[in-house]
Amino acid sequence: MEGLETVLSALLTLGLVAIAVALSLYERLDLEKDIGIAVVRSFVQLAAIGYAINYIFALESLPAVVLLLAGMVGFAAWTSARRAKGVPHALPVAAGAIGAAAVATLGALLLLQVVPPTAQYLIPLGGMVIGNSMNTASLTLARVRDDVAEQRLKVEAALALGATSRQAVSPILKTALRSAMIPLIDSTKTTGIIFLPGAMVGMIIAGADPLEAARLQIVVLYMLLGSVSIAAILAGLFSYRSFFTPRHQLRPDSREG
Amino acid sequence: MGLEVRVSGLWYAVGEVEILKGVNAGFPEGEITCVVGPSGAGKSTLLRAVNRLIEPTAGEVYLDGLPTSGMDPLLLRQRVGMVFQLPALFGGSVEDAILYGARLAEKDSDAERLLEMVGLDPPIGRKDPQTLSVGQQQRVSIARALALEPEVLLLDEPTSALDAAARRRIEDLIRELNAKLKLTIVLVSHALDQVERVADHVVLLAAGGSEGEWSKEGFFSGACGERARLFISGRL
Repeated sequence: MEGLETVLSALLTLGLVAIAVALSLYERLDLEKDIGIAVVRSFVQLAAIGYAINYIFALESLPAVVLLLAGMVGFAAWTSARRAKGVPHALPVAAGAIGAAAVATLGALLLLQVVPPTAQYLIPLGGMVIGNSMNTASLTLARVRDDVAEQRLKVEAALALGATSRQAVSPILKTALRSAMIPLIDSTKTTGIIFLPGAMVGMIIAGADPLEAARLQIVVLYMLLGSVSIAAILAGLFSYRSFFTPRHQLRPDSREG
Repeated sequence: MGLEVRVSGLWYAVGEVEILKGVNAGFPEGEITCVVGPSGAGKSTLLRAVNRLIEPTAGEVYLDGLPTSGMDPLLLRQRVGMVFQLPALFGGSVEDAILYGARLAEKDSDAERLLEMVGLDPPIGRKDPQTLSVGQQQRVSIARALALEPEVLLLDEPTSALDAAARRRIEDLIRELNAKLKLTIVLVSHALDQVERVADHVVLLAAGGSEGEWSKEGFFSGACGERARLFISGRL
């Protein structure tokens, strides 16, 4: 009965979504459909993951946790690759970048014994790492793709002067990495002043000691900084090659026909 | 000293679209060859195959008789410099822009000497390249190619973004560099008056195929053949 009440109260917050829909209709932003899809998908996905985590907690099995995290990486890579249309081999590139970021940061937390190897820690932390790495990988891939198309002239001028593909693309990689990482760096800088991050908010609402909540939040932020850097750098390094041939030639623009 | 360049049976296709269809042409050592032809003839593509910015689908480019397909493309591009339609300079100063390739190749180059060679005052080296006129920027991009001491210089319509006066000064510079450095120069041009002022040798392309090559005098004489006559009269 209590569970049903929680669901009902969650549904009441739909009223807030109505504001977004009304704004979209009034300003003709043409976002109602997207908002609708987002609302339904988030509801279904969160309910499903709630049950799935419940189930995995009950299993008390580490391989089941790893399997769930791998599934999350796969889904994140698929989402990121769809955003990066026009990047050759976007799916393996995104999967490699996001997967490596997750393994490296979660692995470090476990090795340093910052968190115990239990589902209760690994699943929520893994979700944050994978979600943030996904956003960064998408941003990096899209930026590299757009800048290579826009700056073909400069890239070819550099190649013509004897630069390698890597040297010719390096200013583009630099901008892409910066623009993908700056949002998280800025929100890390201002954290606690402008907004309280989600993990901390959740813990405080759930009745945890605010100091304990702050400790965990610091771990989360550093973990995210690490994983986002890894995801951005790998997405950039894995993707730029696909725009060039091994003989340091820029591949023909697909839009040229 | 320049080198002789020859292309033989050169094909290049992107997907289904064939841009070069078996081009044969020679660019004699130490001379200025103008590549001419209607738009879409494949002139720029031919140029980019010479320094292997693109990989020909078939055929070969010979540098001094040696096939370039087996050469390291980075070293090849140091020997075969290229200047594009638009300057595309990078670096914070003109000097950085000029020395970009030379620094990558770890070659000692004197930016001041190069600036003088292309007719610019050395103090300009400290300026931001974006503050220069397009004509000056194009001179810098020629200096940047010369910094690598190439044996062949490819110029892809280098004057198409310039006004008439700046165009004439770049043409004079091209002749001067050719005389002084004995460079083999290949110039893609769409202006017959430019060809008349600059060329020693003329190569005519149309629709991705070669239509022949002549000395400049032969090309503009009545005896150049039907296809060249059609092109000169603007009907090819």
